Amino acid sequence: MSAQHIVPLRVYFSVFAALLAFTALTVWVAYIDLGALNIYVALGIAATKASLVMLYFMHLKYSSRLAQLFSVSGFLWLALLLGFVLADENTRDWLHPPSGWAGQYEQAPASHDAPQTEH
Amino acid sequence: MSANTLEAAAEESHGLVAHQFDDAEQQHEAATLGMWAFLVTEVLFFGGLMLGYAVFRSKFPDAFSAGSHELDVGLGAFNTVILIISSLTMAMAVHSGQVGNKKGVALFLVLTLLFGGIFLGVKGVEYADKFEHHLIPGLLFDYHGEAGAGVNPKNVELFFFLYFAMTGVHALHMIIGAGIVLVWLLPRALQGAYGSEYSSPIEMFGLYWHFVDIVWIFLYPLLYLVGRHQ
Repeated sequence: MSAQHIVPLRVYFSVFAALLAFTALTVWVAYIDLGALNIYVALGIAATKASLVMLYFMHLKYSSRLAQLFSVSGFLWLALLLGFVLADENTRDWLHPPSGWAGQYEQAPASHDAPQTEH
Repeated sequence: MSANTLEAAAEESHGLVAHQFDDAEQQHEAATLGMWAFLVTEVLFFGGLMLGYAVFRSKFPDAFSAGSHELDVGLGAFNTVILIISSLTMAMAVHSGQVGNKKGVALFLVLTLLFGGIFLGVKGVEYADKFEHHLIPGLLFDYHGEAGAGVNPKNVELFFFLYFAMTGVHALHMIIGAGIVLVWLLPRALQGAYGSEYSSPIEMFGLYWHFVDIVWIFLYPLLYLVGRHQ
C-alpha cells in the first residue's frame, strides 16, 4: 500500500518515552494532596496518554477525516452517557420537595455515605 | 470479522484486493473504518462500567479510597509499563509490515504476545492475593483494612465488584487478542503473508491492541491511585 503513511520509528520511540514519563507523573502526583482535584489531574494525564496512543500508535493523525470522525464519535456518546447521568446524580440534593410531600420523602437518608439499606 | 472475509476473498481471487474494491487503498480505508466502528462500540462497552464507577465513587468516596489502598500500586505501575511496551512492539509489528520486513512482523507479534502474557501473569498474582485476603465480592467478602476506618464494608465490596468487573473484562480482551495472534496472525506472518503490499490484518489488530492499552491507561489511576493522597 504505497499511498499509506508510514510513521517513522523515531516517532514511535518518542511517544513510548512520553507514555512512560506520564505514567511516572501520574503515580507521583497521586500521592500529593490536591483535594478534589486529584481525580481530575489523574484523568487529565490519562486522557493525554490516550490521545498520544490514538494519534500516533493508532495512526489517527495520518488517517482520513472519516476515520477521525468515527474515532471521536465514540467519546461523544460516552460524554453524553456520563454527562446526563452525573448531572442527575449530583444535583438531587439541590432541590427539596415541598413540605406537603414530606410523608413520602422523610425517610430519604440525609448522608450519602450512610449504609445502603434494602427497600 | 470483515477483514477475515476480505482475506479469504483475496486468497480466492489470487489477488490482494477483494473484488468489491477499486484498489488496495480503498480496501484499506474500508477495513480501517470498520475497525473503528467496532472500537466505538467497545468505548461504550467499557463506558457503562466507567459510568457505574463514576456514580458510586461520587456517592462513597471514602469507601473507594479505602478499596484502592488494598491494591498494589507497584504491581499496577509495572503492568502499565509492560502494556505500554507491548503497544510499542505492536506498533513495530505494523511498521515492519509496512516496510516489508516479513520476519520483523512475526518477531514483534511474538514480543507483543510475550508482554501481554507477563501482564496477565501479574494480574493473576494480584487476583490470588485478593482471593487470600477475602476481597472478592460475595459471601466470603471480609474487609477490615486500616485505611477504611468508619466506612461501610458493603461499599468497599462495591469498589471490588467494579475492580473485578473492569479488570476482568479488560483481561478477557487481552486473552482474546492473544488468541487472535496465536491462531490467525502469527501462523500467517511466519509464512510471510504480511508485507509491504498487504498488511491490513496486522494494522487492524494493532488498533484493537492499542485500544486495550488505552482502557488500562484509564483503569490504572481510577482503581489503584484514587485516594492515595489521603
